[in-house]
Amino acid sequence: MVTAEQVWDALAEIPDPEIPVVSLVDLGVVKGVHVDGDSVRVEFTPTFLGCPALEVMRGAMEDKVRELGAEPHVDVVLDDSWSTDRITPAGREKLRASGFAPPAPRKAQPLQLVELQRGFRCPYCGSTDTALENLFGPTPCRSVRYCNACRQPFEQFKTI
Amino acid sequence: MSERAQRLIEYADDELILGWRDSEWTGIAPSLEEDVAFSSIAQNEIGHARALYELAARDLGTTADVLAFDRDPSEYRCAPLVELRKLDWAHTIARHWLYETADELRLQALKESDDEEVAGLAAKMDREEVYHRLHAQMWADRLRDEPRFREAVDELWPYAPAVVDENLRPTLAKRLNLPSDTLSLGERGDHSDELRELWEEMTMVRRSVPGATW
Repeated sequence: MVTAEQVWDALAEIPDPEIPVVSLVDLGVVKGVHVDGDSVRVEFTPTFLGCPALEVMRGAMEDKVRELGAEPHVDVVLDDSWSTDRITPAGREKLRASGFAPPAPRKAQPLQLVELQRGFRCPYCGSTDTALENLFGPTPCRSVRYCNACRQPFEQFKTI
Repeated sequence: MSERAQRLIEYADDELILGWRDSEWTGIAPSLEEDVAFSSIAQNEIGHARALYELAARDLGTTADVLAFDRDPSEYRCAPLVELRKLDWAHTIARHWLYETADELRLQALKESDDEEVAGLAAKMDREEVYHRLHAQMWADRLRDEPRFREAVDELWPYAPAVVDENLRPTLAKRLNLPSDTLSLGERGDHSDELRELWEEMTMVRRSVPGATW
């Protein structure tokens, strides 16, 4: 019989469909794993509601559970449990190493445009002489920034 | 239909139809940045519509797709503001600013709802909507003194109160610094021919092969 730990390990092997350097476990979208005999229930807390990768993630989790010989039930939780603070320290480091600035930690106060405009660290050269180019990027989770020091545009995971 | 399902569908219809309108800028916005911004905002709004339809669909024993695409246009419950076809930048920004300000009030109220599922989903949506509001406010500030923008705001403001419940309308007027005695031009469920045209295009593929799985 499969154990919850085996399921967690298997889910940690699934790359994010759009940013494959991080796994679904790094991303923090697995909220819980419950094993009941041959049946495994995975609580999946989605990132951005409009993310087109959600169905792919769900299918990949079902496949992994089946590979372990169990019957998967992936429950999509539409509550407020996911935020970028759920990305693990290892996940943040993997993002940075592949050229994505990790999200800033969430603050209690509402986000202000002025605090997003400057000061984030360039994942390529480490300079903080960077500027916001666009709040929005190629996927719902990313903003576009520009590094004045190494003259390189880069993407940042939005803080939500 | 329960009041809860009805309210979820109203909100979902607003987000679906506005998301569709926003997506009409994909490829033709005045700058590449705005092309990306409106495409991304559209994607978020349609994602919110899907989540809201899913909650309603669970209550009604159906699916989100059936609610989104298989109703007649006359059955949609969106506010008139979101369905107007306004493919010009001044009107687009005016609507964006009016809608996002109204939507913030609506989300605030829903986050305090006794219905935990609705409150939780509203809180999740609000995390993403923060970025829409920052974007809308940035543009409203930039265009504040432009006559074309002022005219577009004056033209569209009478459509905006219907986005929120009556008790929130005075607050909305105050927040936007617009006259609270404006006569509302239409209520939720009142439709123009523009919605039918949008619906024809939006549901064309689905209607071409009924019952297909994709």
